[in-house]
Amino acid sequence: MDTNLLHGSLVRLAVEEPKINAEVYALWNRDSEFMRLLDAEPAYPPSVKKLTELIQKDQEKDPASFYLFAIRTLEGDKLVGYIGLDGEAFPHGELFVGIAIGEREAWGKGYGTDAMKVILRYAFQELNLRRVSLDTFEYNPRAIRSYEKAGFVHEGRAREFLHREGRRWDLIFMGILREEWLAKDTS
Amino acid sequence: MKNDLLTGKLVHLTAENPEVMAECFSRWNQDSEWLRLLDTEPPRLFSQKNWKEWLEKNLEKDERDRIFFAIRTLEGETLIGFTGLFDLFQQHGDTLVAIALGERKFWGNGYGSDAMRVMLRYAFNELNLHRVGLIVFEYNPRAIRSYEKVGFVPEGRVRGAMLRDGRRWDYLYMGIMREEWLAKGIMTS
Amino acid sequence: MSIDTQLFEGKLIRLAPIDHEKDPEVESRWTHDLSLSRALWRKPAMPLSVTQMKKKYEAIEKEVDETKRCFHFTIRGREDNRLLGFVRIEGVEWTHSIGSLKLAIGDPVERGKGYGSEALQLMLRFAFSELNLYRVSVVVGEDNPAAVKFFTRFGFVEEVRRRKALVRDGQTWDSIHLGLLRDEWLASNSKEEDGDEK
Repeated sequence: MDTNLLHGSLVRLAVEEPKINAEVYALWNRDSEFMRLLDAEPAYPPSVKKLTELIQKDQEKDPASFYLFAIRTLEGDKLVGYIGLDGEAFPHGELFVGIAIGEREAWGKGYGTDAMKVILRYAFQELNLRRVSLDTFEYNPRAIRSYEKAGFVHEGRAREFLHREGRRWDLIFMGILREEWLAKDTS
Repeated sequence: MKNDLLTGKLVHLTAENPEVMAECFSRWNQDSEWLRLLDTEPPRLFSQKNWKEWLEKNLEKDERDRIFFAIRTLEGETLIGFTGLFDLFQQHGDTLVAIALGERKFWGNGYGSDAMRVMLRYAFNELNLHRVGLIVFEYNPRAIRSYEKVGFVPEGRVRGAMLRDGRRWDYLYMGIMREEWLAKGIMTS
Repeated sequence: MSIDTQLFEGKLIRLAPIDHEKDPEVESRWTHDLSLSRALWRKPAMPLSVTQMKKKYEAIEKEVDETKRCFHFTIRGREDNRLLGFVRIEGVEWTHSIGSLKLAIGDPVERGKGYGSEALQLMLRFAFSELNLYRVSVVVGEDNPAAVKFFTRFGFVEEVRRRKALVRDGQTWDSIHLGLLRDEWLASNSKEEDGDEK
């Protein structure tokens, strides 16, 4: 039984005091590019108080329904982002994953890919899911490449779903099945 | 896609209003033999009003680890009992099942087994569970036989856990796995 | 189509509000056919008592009123006003002008009579001409081929397949997303003969 289920090779996933995370997240959320890469909701910077309450409410759910983790680097213990599994896992065994690397200097260093590896292992080995899905925006090619590397397969696009900067963009869906993850998982 | 997921040969499973169940519970609970076959707790007799309020309060809670159905006869639509799942562990696909027929004249005529078969089909075909377990008391041989007929396999006994009428009794754990249920071919076509 | 065209009145059916007195009993009965629930939602299919249905209707109206991202209509017979089903647009994202649609004719005996088609036509007109949505999505299970046929007949295009996303009766099924763009709908409706006498 692997006791380091939440440790990767570059990062670890953690659940922390809502306020600690909220203060950092609030800073990231003032970066509108970050917001627009992450979310379809209109970019709007939430207050620390609002974020703290959101995280707290989620932590209080028992059993958990939204598995939200902070991403910390193994070296330096820096909070670089967050990652979570969302949706209703029962009875079909599927959840959606969402990831955000908030620290710009942390982009392109493999933290996201590593965090995704860890969460997929958690999803398949602990939550016993059958598949993990995600949706991402056409204008986020860096993320799409990262997901493809992680093993996600393209499953289609909702055409012209988003309206931003005066034009429309597709919403891209990807998914990884348990069998595919098992075949890929070398560790 | 079948549309008879909740219908058996003799009964079907339904969702009922709190006041309907309250009336049944307060009546059935007067039968102490029924209570002692069903429950380890010392019987307490609650008013219909109390039952209704308790049931309404339970409706408010969105509990994900339990499911409740009333059992009605197909002929005559008589409400004869209830069945449900509890301690449902979604992540592991495991649950416990309970069943009780409050109307005595329906005992011993296959109504309980029929309801249990419908409940199992719901557990395996809708909730996609991996196994269903139950706890039954040593002094309830009629139920034990009924469960064995449906396909439950004994999994262990908790010895001397109950004390009633001056002597000790075991309770029995039984369980049925998805593969066993499929092999038995009950209501799977 | 003009301002005086009736949005809610069809030839066979009308779109109408919930009748909190009469509807709970009818829809509670429908919910005992689990195939209806399976056609609409991913969560475990469960029948609802009349009381539960009443509460659900209250929650729906609260949602419509407070979130302003949801529009729920009952489908009722034009002659006798009896409840036939419901149709709704939910999850509206105003900045993107998008929404998700759900439609159901509750009693299998009432299906195939044109009620669903008329309700969908009215709802799409409402979505595109009143809510000004740019696109409408619908999610359907592969185990419901009738629904896929129904929506593709109206011009919805299959866009996404979440492979083996559903498990039912021991089998896996894809979850299928379909989408309809306003321009596509307008083009196919350029010969709309709805007339003005309702």
